[in-house]
Amino acid sequence: MSNILAIAQKELKSYFSSPIAYIVIGMFALLYGYFYIAILAYFVRQSMQMSEFGGQGAQAMDINQQLIRPLMTNVTILVLFVMPMVTMRTYSEEKRSGTIELLLTSPLTDFQIIMGKFLGALALWVIMLLVSTIHIAILFAYARPALKPLATAYLGLLLLGGCFISVGLFISSLTKNQIVAGMTTFAVFLFLWVITWIGSFSGATVTSPVDYLSIINHFDDFGKGVIDTTHVIYYVSFITFGLFLTAKSVDSERWRG
Amino acid sequence: MIEVQHLTKRYGRVTAVEDVSFRVERGEIFGFLGPNGAGKTTTMRILTGFIPATEGKAIVAGFDVFDQPIEAKRRTGYLPETPPLYPDMSVVEYLEFVAKIKGVPAAGRRQRIQTVMERTRIDDMANRLCSKLSKGYRQRVGLAQAIVHNPDVLILDEPTAGLDPKQIIETRELIKELAGDHTIILSTHILPEVSQTCQRVVIINKGHVVALDTPDNLTARLRGSETMYLQVDTNGLDALGALEGVAGVTRVAESDRRDGLVGYEIESQHGRDVRRDLARTVVTNGWGLLEMRPMRMSLEDIFLSLTTEETATPVPAPLEGEPVHE
Repeated sequence: MSNILAIAQKELKSYFSSPIAYIVIGMFALLYGYFYIAILAYFVRQSMQMSEFGGQGAQAMDINQQLIRPLMTNVTILVLFVMPMVTMRTYSEEKRSGTIELLLTSPLTDFQIIMGKFLGALALWVIMLLVSTIHIAILFAYARPALKPLATAYLGLLLLGGCFISVGLFISSLTKNQIVAGMTTFAVFLFLWVITWIGSFSGATVTSPVDYLSIINHFDDFGKGVIDTTHVIYYVSFITFGLFLTAKSVDSERWRG
Repeated sequence: MIEVQHLTKRYGRVTAVEDVSFRVERGEIFGFLGPNGAGKTTTMRILTGFIPATEGKAIVAGFDVFDQPIEAKRRTGYLPETPPLYPDMSVVEYLEFVAKIKGVPAAGRRQRIQTVMERTRIDDMANRLCSKLSKGYRQRVGLAQAIVHNPDVLILDEPTAGLDPKQIIETRELIKELAGDHTIILSTHILPEVSQTCQRVVIINKGHVVALDTPDNLTARLRGSETMYLQVDTNGLDALGALEGVAGVTRVAESDRRDGLVGYEIESQHGRDVRRDLARTVVTNGWGLLEMRPMRMSLEDIFLSLTTEETATPVPAPLEGEPVHE
């Protein structure tokens, strides 16, 4: 365990000792803020219109459903763009600079190295999410959103980020080149995103597995504030599978030399 | 301490190392000599557990590197060809990280890092970023990294490559100092390095072991017969016959002739010292003895004759380009 933490700490530190962490967190916060303001403005206009039609309409406006839920959906798109930048260097950089030789000749198991890297990247994601809660905190100052659905949405974001990191780690372990890793990761993420499109014009036999595979379909319920074990299991098994592929890739690299 | 048995490594169809076996005893400095691409790095990578062998076995500090990699790695320090430094870490941060993953206990970790930095003379750069270090310092930080967990075995892949002469001497001294506590394998393609630092040498070429012995024995063995260079002033007379008559001399060849001074190469039986008899012969004939010295085959020659495919022994070049025979 201390080995995993040592690697995780090293990973997190390396994000912050290069501009990566600051750019990624800063841009994420900026775009999150933009989405927040845009959706908030829309929400405020809607509620004004509602109140013109009478008190009942205003009552029906729900801040969780009409502000936080669309906001979270938009944030998932941000994840799509941000995560490749976080994961692309994890293995590629070590392979390019030769530091992978240090890790692989130290008394560490592959599992410890992979978990360390995964947790390091996940920690950066948690920091990004924490930064974004500033906006939510302001919301609490002026309204009374329900806390539990909000926490659920953040749990969903955390798991979604975890999926992306595990795939990103795998892809980064395949190449020495960061750009190749980043671009491939982005393409794979995007594909997992739009995989449902195939389903929309095919028969039910294609639609249902494809809908299940789509990484984003599973986020919907989290956005609504519902914790469905199906989705939790989907995300956790997705992460496990990504890490498993990484382990296989690192091991096969060793055999191929 | 280190035992390698019939090690073979193939990458697809390419065989990098084939049937390499050797043993290294505790406290020894063992040299790994070979031209670039001979399989030195591959062998070292197998020993450190970075890559597995296709066939054969490697035991380091009593543990099989394939079956018990963690135990073997715990007892091994490794300096790859390029020191594996993290550019955004300071030297101290880097060594702390390495100490952690190598299993140096938290209590006494700082003390150990301090000791190692002093030993490798990098303590003045403790807070410098690794990316800002000069080549010599990078190499020394690499060495510090390899010894931070006080391993039984040290594996150094070309530790002096790319250093300036002063740094090379310092690094060699440091390696010799470390030999007491650690068993060291070092690879190099620089020959004097081996004769200066190593107690035993293995020469490998194209993945095969071509020789394994002490540097002195290697030199002697390949020399086979002893060769002397003798320069005499015979006033124009031919000394060849007289020299051939000396007991123990097997062959005499004229190597150069200038202003009445003649140089001869004299081969004699192995282990037989013919210098006194040669000198007496020259003096009793009334010639002037100007020069007499042993012509040793340098490690360089041995290396070349072992690693070049043509088995022809290197022919000594005529001195100053003068024609040997008129």
